[in-house]
Amino acid sequence: MSEVNTKASSFDFRLWLADHSIDRLLLLAVPAFLAMLAFFIYPSFYGAYLSFHPMDKSGALGNYQSFFGDPYMRESIWNTFRIALPVSLINVFAAVPLAVRLRHKVRGKRTINTLLVIPMSLGTVLVAEGLSMYLAPNGWLNRTLLATGLISEPVQLLHNFWGVIISLIITGFPFAFLLTLSYISGINPKMEEAASTLGATSWQRFRYITFPLLTPGLAITFCLSFVLAFSVFPSANLLGNPAGDSHVLAVAAAQAIFTQYDYSMASAISVITGVLELAVVAAVLVMRSRLYSGSTSGGKG
Amino acid sequence: MRTEDTTVISKSGNRKVFVKSPLGWVIWGSVAFFFINLLGVIGTVVISSFATEWFDGWLPSGWTTKFYLTAWQDYQVPNLLRATLKVALSVVTISILVGTPAAYVLARRDFPGKKILMLSFLLPIMLPPITYGIPLATFIYSLNLGGTLTGVIIVNTVPAIPFVILVLSPFIEQIDPKIEAAARMCGATTRQIFIKVLTPLIIPGLLAAALLVLIQTVALFELTYLVSGPGSNTLVVALYYAVFASGIRPYQAISAMAVFYMLTTFFILIVALRYVNPTQMVSQARSVDSK
Repeated sequence: MSEVNTKASSFDFRLWLADHSIDRLLLLAVPAFLAMLAFFIYPSFYGAYLSFHPMDKSGALGNYQSFFGDPYMRESIWNTFRIALPVSLINVFAAVPLAVRLRHKVRGKRTINTLLVIPMSLGTVLVAEGLSMYLAPNGWLNRTLLATGLISEPVQLLHNFWGVIISLIITGFPFAFLLTLSYISGINPKMEEAASTLGATSWQRFRYITFPLLTPGLAITFCLSFVLAFSVFPSANLLGNPAGDSHVLAVAAAQAIFTQYDYSMASAISVITGVLELAVVAAVLVMRSRLYSGSTSGGKG
Repeated sequence: MRTEDTTVISKSGNRKVFVKSPLGWVIWGSVAFFFINLLGVIGTVVISSFATEWFDGWLPSGWTTKFYLTAWQDYQVPNLLRATLKVALSVVTISILVGTPAAYVLARRDFPGKKILMLSFLLPIMLPPITYGIPLATFIYSLNLGGTLTGVIIVNTVPAIPFVILVLSPFIEQIDPKIEAAARMCGATTRQIFIKVLTPLIIPGLLAAALLVLIQTVALFELTYLVSGPGSNTLVVALYYAVFASGIRPYQAISAMAVFYMLTTFFILIVALRYVNPTQMVSQARSVDSK
């Protein structure tokens, strides 16, 4: 009797599984998920756990209290945003006009795209190393500006805010541009053509057709550019003033782990960084969800 | 017929505006300005690596290649190259082997919990590496893998697996499921379908994913920096240490080191761009949105 029951229920269960298209094929995703579980999800929770167990035994919130109680540490939040927000805005908004120009087949498009891939793949460390000489008082940039008479004294661009900003634009702009270009290429040119037939000027076509359709994509581009700029570690250390106005969250966390060996505090700073970063991303995505989110491919319907 | 006419007119109209409008000049001027500065940055590195001395003047006072030898020996470039190659190739192999089946499932199936699964693959891309890198490094050290090549390989696969999944999913979606159904009708097992039917069809996608992961792993700094030690440093981390401790060695040697790193990247990039479109470099980021 009981055997029959289990048989019946297992049959039902299988049916339920089949109904929800769960079968052995899903096992194929298991290795990837396990890898994420072991080396991303678990360590993240482990880090959060560690952050609530300070090494000086000052209670669960000890790390957070000492972080927010210390004006120097608190300022690292402001320093991070002061760099990451303008950089991602500049990168995204500089990318739009260029992407609009290059959205159709234009001569030289492939060359520009290929050249832009170079700074992206060289990475922040190499760009920082090059900029540390290029932006120096005796470097080519200052030399050119002096020779053309635009300035009379070399401009100080190293070991301050500007060095970091310039480096993040050089590595971040190509990323923002290529992403924007891939969004803009997804917009059906027929829509603009229709507007054009109805007499819209090129500015009106951009303002009322292309831009609204592009905005959701721009929101994503902004988020991902922001993620890149939010972890400014190498450029802040090599080009900025990591003890002063480039004392960003990433630098603070690395200092906690490498100079004080306080992995609990470092984890707390990582948690703070992650929460703040995700808060900005979430805010942008919420704003995005209020925008038009229909098809960009046009057609009838 | 009529619409085609308008297309032609509006296209030629666009091209005219494109050249004449002041905005066009501003845009092209900015692009030129960007590239001139980029050339300046790269040029400074290359020229200073060949300089006998370069403090003042547009160019160094003399030329030499001796600092390449200094850099090659002092920074142990052969070891660095070997470590970089081992890490990069292992990461590419693991992430392709683990990521491809998962990409297939996500491209073909709809099941409860799919969104959560997707989120676990998207978060490593949406978070700055240093945020999850620090807890991950602590975890790697607690496994006694800190400073080892294994540890470096593990941390680098964390962003690489989602990358492969997000790059490959669109490739798999394009393949007609009827092809698989036909193979199954003819009695092929899932394994055979994978190896004999799907793999040949997604070779372009696999190649693109592998090359993109390769470029990313060679350039990825933060995660490797947090777990590597002597013997497991990759080129980019060694370059960072060299620049950070500038003053210990002549700046020309640091530049020579940077040139070694650039040559490695350029070599991979030239190979990659034969098979990968530049916009594909960001395609994994784009799919954040569609999922």
